[in-house]
Amino acid sequence: MKRPPKDIIASSRTISRRALVVGASQIAIMAVLGWRMRSMQVEHADEFRLLAEENRINIRLLPPSRGLVFDRNGIAIADNEQNYRVVMVREDAGDVGEVLARLTEIVDIAPDDLARAMEEMQRRSPFVPVTIAERLTWEDVAKINLNTPALPGISAEVGQSRVYPWGADLAHVVGYVGPVSDYDLSRIDDQDPLLQIPKFQIGKTGAENKLEHTLRGSAGHRRIEVNAVGRVMRELDRQEGDAGKDVQLTIDNRLQTYAQARLDGESAGVVVIDLENGDLRAIASAPSFDPNLFVRGISVTDWTGLNEDKYRPLSAKAVQGTYPPGSTFKMVTALAAMEDGVLAADETVYCPGYTDVYGIRFHCWKNGGHGNIDLHDSLKQSCDCYYYEIAQRVGIDKMAAMARKLGLGIRHDLPLSAVASGLAPDKEWKSSVRGEDWRIGDTVNASIGQGYVLASPLQLAVMTARIATGHEITPRLVRLIDGVEQPSGRGESLGLNENTLRRVRAAMVDVCNNRRGTAYGTRILTQGYEMAGKSGTSQVRRITAEERAAGVTRNEDLPWERRDHALFVSYAPIENPRYAVAVIVEHGGGGSSAAAPIARDVILQAQYGGAPPLDAYPANQRSAIEQQQRRIEARIPMGAKAQSRA
Amino acid sequence: MSYLAHNTQHVPTGLRKIWYINWPLVMLLSAVASAGFLMLYSVAGGSVTPWMEPQIKRFGLGMVLMFIVAMVPIWFWRNMAFVAYAGSLVLLLGVEFFGEVRMGAQRWIDLKFMVLQPSELTKITVVMFIAAYYDWLPLEKTSRPLWVALPVIFILVPTMLVLKQPDLGTALLLLVGGATVMFLAGVHWAYFATVVSAGIGGVVAVFESRGTSWQLLKDYQYRRIDTFIDPSNDPLGAGYHITQAKIALGSGGWTGRGFMQGTQSRLNFLPEKHTDFIFTTLAEEFGFVGASTLLLLYLLIVVFCIASALGNRDRFAALVTLGIAMTFFLFFAVNMSMVMGLAPVVGVPLPLVSYGGSAMLVLLVAFGLVQSAHVHRPR
Repeated sequence: MKRPPKDIIASSRTISRRALVVGASQIAIMAVLGWRMRSMQVEHADEFRLLAEENRINIRLLPPSRGLVFDRNGIAIADNEQNYRVVMVREDAGDVGEVLARLTEIVDIAPDDLARAMEEMQRRSPFVPVTIAERLTWEDVAKINLNTPALPGISAEVGQSRVYPWGADLAHVVGYVGPVSDYDLSRIDDQDPLLQIPKFQIGKTGAENKLEHTLRGSAGHRRIEVNAVGRVMRELDRQEGDAGKDVQLTIDNRLQTYAQARLDGESAGVVVIDLENGDLRAIASAPSFDPNLFVRGISVTDWTGLNEDKYRPLSAKAVQGTYPPGSTFKMVTALAAMEDGVLAADETVYCPGYTDVYGIRFHCWKNGGHGNIDLHDSLKQSCDCYYYEIAQRVGIDKMAAMARKLGLGIRHDLPLSAVASGLAPDKEWKSSVRGEDWRIGDTVNASIGQGYVLASPLQLAVMTARIATGHEITPRLVRLIDGVEQPSGRGESLGLNENTLRRVRAAMVDVCNNRRGTAYGTRILTQGYEMAGKSGTSQVRRITAEERAAGVTRNEDLPWERRDHALFVSYAPIENPRYAVAVIVEHGGGGSSAAAPIARDVILQAQYGGAPPLDAYPANQRSAIEQQQRRIEARIPMGAKAQSRA
Repeated sequence: MSYLAHNTQHVPTGLRKIWYINWPLVMLLSAVASAGFLMLYSVAGGSVTPWMEPQIKRFGLGMVLMFIVAMVPIWFWRNMAFVAYAGSLVLLLGVEFFGEVRMGAQRWIDLKFMVLQPSELTKITVVMFIAAYYDWLPLEKTSRPLWVALPVIFILVPTMLVLKQPDLGTALLLLVGGATVMFLAGVHWAYFATVVSAGIGGVVAVFESRGTSWQLLKDYQYRRIDTFIDPSNDPLGAGYHITQAKIALGSGGWTGRGFMQGTQSRLNFLPEKHTDFIFTTLAEEFGFVGASTLLLLYLLIVVFCIASALGNRDRFAALVTLGIAMTFFLFFAVNMSMVMGLAPVVGVPLPLVSYGGSAMLVLLVAFGLVQSAHVHRPR
């Protein structure tokens, strides 16, 4: 069965020929592969190298430590504290349930936290540390460290968290921080990458919010190498950020704490201004809330409680509450009339207890009237008819201009949430906003700070400061930023006639120091510390003719919401005044009875830099005052009395 | 029985055969395998376990097998071709019914002492059997339709079984490897031209039909094609592996990032870095110089096989040598194209380098056949 040799030769030749074809194609394909290799590894190597670097290198931000906030004496009012937290790495723990059970035996951990941590651990990669509990005590940390061998995967870490040592007393001033939310991100135009860190703390209200950029600092970063599933392999380099700048406020923590304590039980606000430089020494609003609750994440119960409280603890009444200023506005009307020349210095007006203006009767608070009365007595005794008369002479536009000159109806630029602009109404305002013509009755109402007029305690304090000094006092809340003094708030002279101002001041002195003054009961006896002021009682309801005929219902017999607001503005001492104070007690009743005592106590504290001697008070009040002082002393937190860091 | 036609007196006998082994080819195979050991050491993070050590043992075993196969006369292997083919078909059917499912595919059969992947075996037995077929077939019948249809069936049966596992890569190798042997045996050009043009027409039809009422593939299949064409479309999904592989390869540059310094493989961005994608690690760590050196080694292996075949007047010996060279070529060409983004990811290992027992042993046994053909060539 031999195959002929020619067959073999033919076969061999075919195979060889075709083998060359196949071999050539193989080499061609290999050439393509080589060419592709060259193209990727030589020509495009840089692009791929960059992609590889992007793959492996992650940039993690290092949050800077937030700047602190101090009061004028150098006491920290917003501080950073070490926050010890316990974290767990699932893959190191082995049996997660078992380890957590052992942990809860050693340290108290809320079941909620535990459940949340368990859930998060299931969701995240096994090597990601998950926080189980925060704000552990140092003892807890020591216990955990001691039991490390029994707690695989568990470790205690330290971070920073914001703390407000004075709690509710400065809540409305300093505000609070909280984790940045989607809402924050949508609302603020801020490209800072720090905001992208989950749960990064930013200022939410108050100075924390308004001074955010000063306090926040700038991010540092570290470059880390990660693998494909995101595990950190090593740190390549690290650059620390710049810590936030410290801020010193003008607030006097001791006075602030006292004012808050003095307002306890009221729905009220008080502002104290230093006349030398416009420094706000105290801005108290009551009731208040503990800002630390918000930092830790407020519970629904607490939040609902704060929100539904009819005394509105979340509202900073001293700066964002606006009220009809009542009789405290009479200085504005008087100054407007005298500056305009429509009122002679010693001119008297007859007060029969009412004034009829085009058929509408406007009543004086005093039934039967004050008789013939001049400027001095009309302020001292707070006659209404006098102002009804002079307001009609000067007109609303000039009154509104004077109000603005004195700091009413304008928004003072302070780093606080929702600083109110109040309202100094004029004809143009009414026609443009309400679409109605100004009526003479509106002027009459405005003359005694009723009707459309609205002012915040801050504005009333500024007004008092400007009347007391004749200078343009601008309130100032920030004293130092990073050690740099901020501009003083004492401006140029207002250009008011000094004689006119002197008359008004003299009347304000008599309000407190003349036997017939409305606030004689709250006079200060010590020489050189005396106070001048003006009371105000603003109605929040309309008194009908029938009610007036039957006798006006006493405040005590009305439900709280319908009682009058009590206001008082004052400055002290009467010679070379140093402090101006404005007080509002919501629905507190009469200004001289409800608000004036608060103003006096606060201004005395400010002047003495602490508790005043009892002989500053009228003899018949001393025992009551002593009790009150003791009560407040007990209420003021330890340390606020003397502590100082500066 | 064509060897009877030759003078076999000059064929070496006994241990003298050792001198006639194609030693350069042995050197080349060892060099490639050593590159593999090095890379397995690297991807294990500088450790001989879990991959390098077993791989060396298998390579040692494979070399022993290669020499044993080389010592046995090539005509014995030709006579065994049908048995080997039938046996591998039985094993493939066995996989179908008793096989283990691993990584989503049914490819392995447990023989108690080792886990075998019959599809690897088939790559050689098909080539052997088709070569033996044409050795037996009178030359003038080579291009007759009936005699062409027969080997087509021999190739298609195992191909279909492998496709069913599913193992697209192996099916491709079987098909092209078998067809290459038919082509080399001298089957008329026209058959191949017809098949190739029909294939091109099919591909065109598939693309043209997209979005029309007579669409040939399912939408998801088109999306896979899209991902292959441009992996950046889907960087975190199906395109992730190929994108990462290309980054690794490209970032190697001229000289690479250094042994064990490849970030892509060390940080686990590379998929299957010890098996199908091992070439990317090599390319990343040794750069264009390393990658093209490996390609050159492969090229030399293929060239030595072709040279050996051209010098062999025996039909079976030449066909089996060339067929094995083609299969080997397909292995690395498909694997490299795949990791370089020139071909879809079909799961073909890099021969002698990728970690894996069956492929290594089967390849070395195949080179045993090449050596046997070389040693026992008619002189």
